[in-house]
Amino acid sequence: MTAAPFTLGRAFRLGLLILGALVFLAPYIFMVSTSGKAQSEIFTSSLSLIPDRFYFVENFAKAFSRVSMPQLLWNGVVVCALILVFQVVIAVPCAYALAKLKFPAAKLMMALVMLGLLVPIHATALPLYVAFDRLSVLNSYVALVAPFSISVFGIFLFLQFFRAMPDDLIHAARLDGMSELGIVARVIVPNAWPAVTAFAIFSVVAHWNDLYWPLIVVSNQAYATPPLGLLYFRAAEAGDDYGALMAATLIITLPLVAAFLLAQKRFVEGITMTGLKG
Amino acid sequence: MASLAATASLSAPAPMIDVQARRQSRTAWLLVAPAVILILAFIVAPLAAVVFLGFTDFELGYGSFRFVGFENYAELFSDRTFLKSLSNTALYTAIVAPVSLLLGLGLALLIESEKIGRSFFRTAYFLPVASLLVAMATVWQYLFHPSIGPINAGLRMIGLAGPNWLGASDMVLYSLAIIGIWQSAGFNMVLFLAGLTAIPRDLYAAAEVDGAKSALDRFLLVTWPMLGPTTLFVITISIINAVKVFETVKTLTEGGPNKASEVLLFTIYQEGFVYLRVGYASAMTVVFLAVLVVLMVLQYRLLDREVHYA
Repeated sequence: MTAAPFTLGRAFRLGLLILGALVFLAPYIFMVSTSGKAQSEIFTSSLSLIPDRFYFVENFAKAFSRVSMPQLLWNGVVVCALILVFQVVIAVPCAYALAKLKFPAAKLMMALVMLGLLVPIHATALPLYVAFDRLSVLNSYVALVAPFSISVFGIFLFLQFFRAMPDDLIHAARLDGMSELGIVARVIVPNAWPAVTAFAIFSVVAHWNDLYWPLIVVSNQAYATPPLGLLYFRAAEAGDDYGALMAATLIITLPLVAAFLLAQKRFVEGITMTGLKG
Repeated sequence: MASLAATASLSAPAPMIDVQARRQSRTAWLLVAPAVILILAFIVAPLAAVVFLGFTDFELGYGSFRFVGFENYAELFSDRTFLKSLSNTALYTAIVAPVSLLLGLGLALLIESEKIGRSFFRTAYFLPVASLLVAMATVWQYLFHPSIGPINAGLRMIGLAGPNWLGASDMVLYSLAIIGIWQSAGFNMVLFLAGLTAIPRDLYAAAEVDGAKSALDRFLLVTWPMLGPTTLFVITISIINAVKVFETVKTLTEGGPNKASEVLLFTIYQEGFVYLRVGYASAMTVVFLAVLVVLMVLQYRLLDREVHYA
């Protein structure tokens, strides 16, 4: 394994990996290239990646003028941030109680959590929609955030993590006269940072990308999240102005991709950790 | 734990422990209360409601509804759209889950055994997982475009007539499957990479002593069995994610052409939120949930029986 010679097998392996990577990256390459091409050039369907005439400014201007991109991105940030804060604030104390405190209803609570793990938003969407309609809270941040304020997956993940924490730590804090809530805030959370980061990445990726629920509860552009906004943009463009369309997709994809490239290691760790325990 | 309790009961009189236990239980209740309330409000109650609504003819916009018993379910199984949607979802899953699993495993093995560019390859293959699917679906629509799309342009250069990827009813599901595989293979790869690094190196040395000379022998003797738990997990999550396909269908085809890409969640969405037939869509949702439950139960069963290596 050390300093392996450049054998035929190895060359083949590298070639395969490079070819595969090109295929996987091709959509991104064409996205960037096409967002810089004029309509007329796109219709010649040439395979050249460098635009004949740089049309980036025009396409991006179009993307920004048809749908309010800053508003979309802002909505995405607000919704994801609110969801994450609620999920952590509600799941951490619950998981702590289940992991470290003895109380009679713990078993029942675990059953609820397991049941919740089985049920995706798609299954509860119909009654929630009817209820939100009756309460007239459709088209609001409340509608977008409320159903996700509880994450049973979060409870499950934190529970695994807290169980592994030494009891001595908590006993010491109790002897120091800390309240249980104080223990959660000052002992548990700082020590659970890896789990919280992993969960944060999982949650933000899931909700930034979610189309199903926003599509159901939002019909007003003012509250559209990035995926929904892109659908509106496509409808407004009637589909065929690929230059502007690619510019819009580029703008909307960039934030999460940039975050991923900057914090790659954490991302992969987060996904593996949450993935393997889900 | 037991010894701790024993010393505690020796050092403190019994009523004291009682008070402490009661106080601890009260604190615990306070800590779990918000979660319990929200689980009841956003999971248990809607779940009960969806089962209930499945037995009614409730439609949004009409004030009253009546019980129809199993009428919705009877209608489901003669509903051509729904049956088409079930078989499409099954076919889509039957393609995407195994291919993305094998691709993920293959990529992980290749990357693991290669020293050069490991992090580059991992990033490249993982990028689709971190990208907005609706946006990338739009890019794929351009790539797949029958006349101006780069894929068919490339095929024309080598003298082949490319298909109408998303527009032909015998092709559309496969095109969507390609996007699905592209999107999920990197996720599986990362899980397999984690599984591979957890295999102790000396097992390979031991296998070699036992006469496993070729790479294939070593894979069959050590890697594959040791990856058991990871593989099982990847299988389940791949199937469940494939059954939940929605974004690409909604963005690119709206179930068309000719219902050729009608899938379960899209059909539920149409019936419930576009035609507002909530009762009928609820019955569909119950079927969808039943599929998920069966998959989960199968996973737990297999986990219990098959995997004992860790």
